[in-house]
Amino acid sequence: MTATLVAVQVLNGLQFGVLLFLVAAGLTLVFGVMDFINLAHGVQYMLGAYLAVTFYGLTGNFFAALVLALLAALVFGLLLEFLVFRHLYDRDHLDQVLATFGVILFLNEGVRIVWGSSPLSYPMPVMLSGVIPLMDGFGYPVYRVAMILAGLATAMLLWVLVTRTRVGMLVRAGASNPRMVAALGVDIRRLFMIVFGFGAMLAGFAGVMAGPILSVEPGMGDGVLILAFVVIVIGGIGSIRGAFVAALIIGLVDTLGRSFMTDIFKAMMAPAAANQVGPAVASMLIYLLMAGVLFFRPSGLFPATGR
Amino acid sequence: MSAARHVAVVLLILLAAVPAVANAADMGFAISLATRIMIYAIAALSLDLILGYGAMVSFGHAAFVGIGAYAVGIASAHDVWDATLTFPIAIAAAGLFALLTGAISLRTRGVYFIMITLAFGQMAYFTASSLSDYGGDDGLTMWGRSEVFGASPFEDDTVFYYVVLGCLAACFLFARALVGSRFGRVIAGVRESRLRMQAVGFNPYAYQLVAYVIAGMMAGLAGALMANHSEFVSPSTMSWQRSGDLIIMVVLGGMGTLHGAVLGAIAYLMLEEVLSHFTEHWRVIFGPMLILIVLYARGGLGRLIGGGRRDG
Repeated sequence: MTATLVAVQVLNGLQFGVLLFLVAAGLTLVFGVMDFINLAHGVQYMLGAYLAVTFYGLTGNFFAALVLALLAALVFGLLLEFLVFRHLYDRDHLDQVLATFGVILFLNEGVRIVWGSSPLSYPMPVMLSGVIPLMDGFGYPVYRVAMILAGLATAMLLWVLVTRTRVGMLVRAGASNPRMVAALGVDIRRLFMIVFGFGAMLAGFAGVMAGPILSVEPGMGDGVLILAFVVIVIGGIGSIRGAFVAALIIGLVDTLGRSFMTDIFKAMMAPAAANQVGPAVASMLIYLLMAGVLFFRPSGLFPATGR
Repeated sequence: MSAARHVAVVLLILLAAVPAVANAADMGFAISLATRIMIYAIAALSLDLILGYGAMVSFGHAAFVGIGAYAVGIASAHDVWDATLTFPIAIAAAGLFALLTGAISLRTRGVYFIMITLAFGQMAYFTASSLSDYGGDDGLTMWGRSEVFGASPFEDDTVFYYVVLGCLAACFLFARALVGSRFGRVIAGVRESRLRMQAVGFNPYAYQLVAYVIAGMMAGLAGALMANHSEFVSPSTMSWQRSGDLIIMVVLGGMGTLHGAVLGAIAYLMLEEVLSHFTEHWRVIFGPMLILIVLYARGGLGRLIGGGRRDG
């Protein structure tokens, strides 16, 4: 277990955390402003990747595919909002869970019909396909570094949008007291649509970026969705800052746990037992972390105020 | 009261007649399908106890079923086959998991509760997937069904069918008694107004936790039966989609009616059976159906058939 290996895994953890943040940001905004629990957020991530597959096939250019996929993801998110979600805002959470579960069933099976069941892929852009040399002959892919940077840039952009613009002010106001915002004459329905479309686009962005390093397949959004839930629960629902901190924590803990937990247990017990216990504990780690956080702070690390 | 009781009695009679009819019509697969439906009905019934009566939207209920199934499966891998031993272990294991996770989850409300139960369900799922000694991702094949004092009555599909039916009837009667008891009234009271129940001097947390553990144990029994039915346990039993299926069954049948959970399980699994005859992509049809049901047909089948009162 060399220092280089640890450095590589820390970078991997950051990259995973940034990806989670992009998905969780939309989820926490939508929940914070609309009190709406959207299970279909994970399939929007999946859809971003599938759209990129198609647009890459058409254009042969990663960046063109990225832009087109983002636009298509936005349009699709708005369409879903118009067809399904806007009828659910004043329903209870159970109805929202069920209806958005229906959307998941439909879309997971839908992409299977349109794109087939087997995993698809598209290459990363040539200019990002290099390797940054580290010590001991280890290298780190440029693309993953680019993902980390793109994620951090998006986080910065979100921070500016939410804290420095008028729409961001309304979003924050909506998160703490939507009725008051509506009473003050703000078109809350339009605000909902903007937040929703933006969240869908962020999830799509994460999906497009994940495409070249993960396989694009039906159901790929489900695991990410649940991790994003863990992130926003730990961070405090409705808090962008909380989602950012929690996403990086989860990304690091999960990645490092999976890489080193077995070795840590090997120092304490027989190798055969460690090979059994290590992976099991590693896969439970983030949930134990969540349980611990919630035990001491039932509304997360950065609870959104006024709720 | 009487309408709901009639529905339950009619259901029981119809279910009891299934093996005879299936054998006469030479449709052996129907017994297996009906067994599967009844096992899911037990799980849905247990979810209805906390979801329908306690308004606890548990999105990790499949984990209890899976733990019950794995208890029986793992015992069989160690050559322990006796149901009088493995079934209590399965129920206790599921109950213990419910106690530990419920103690944390129930500290939270509303959407936090949904997400936390979901996350704990996933935790169980990933833990099962990493049990490489017991099949890991691929699941664990059992080489037979549980025994009772050295005999193997479960091997006969018809006998096993009636065992499952007996379990379903017992769970139903137990749940009905529980809901009608003082305990059940407190649970329903907390659903209506937590604050008032506190003001009257009850401790909502303790009551909800006990209800959660009871529901978990009942789901564990369903899991033990499921492992016996398919002679196979796999992590997918615990996946969050299965938890979603259980919620759909309860809501489809009508929450807080008990017989609704049974009707919902029958309706959902029959629908799956019928739709999957048309196309392997039956979820493409079912997804929009589910959305339409949520938007336009609240209340479910149980209300339609069993009358309108929540307490049945």
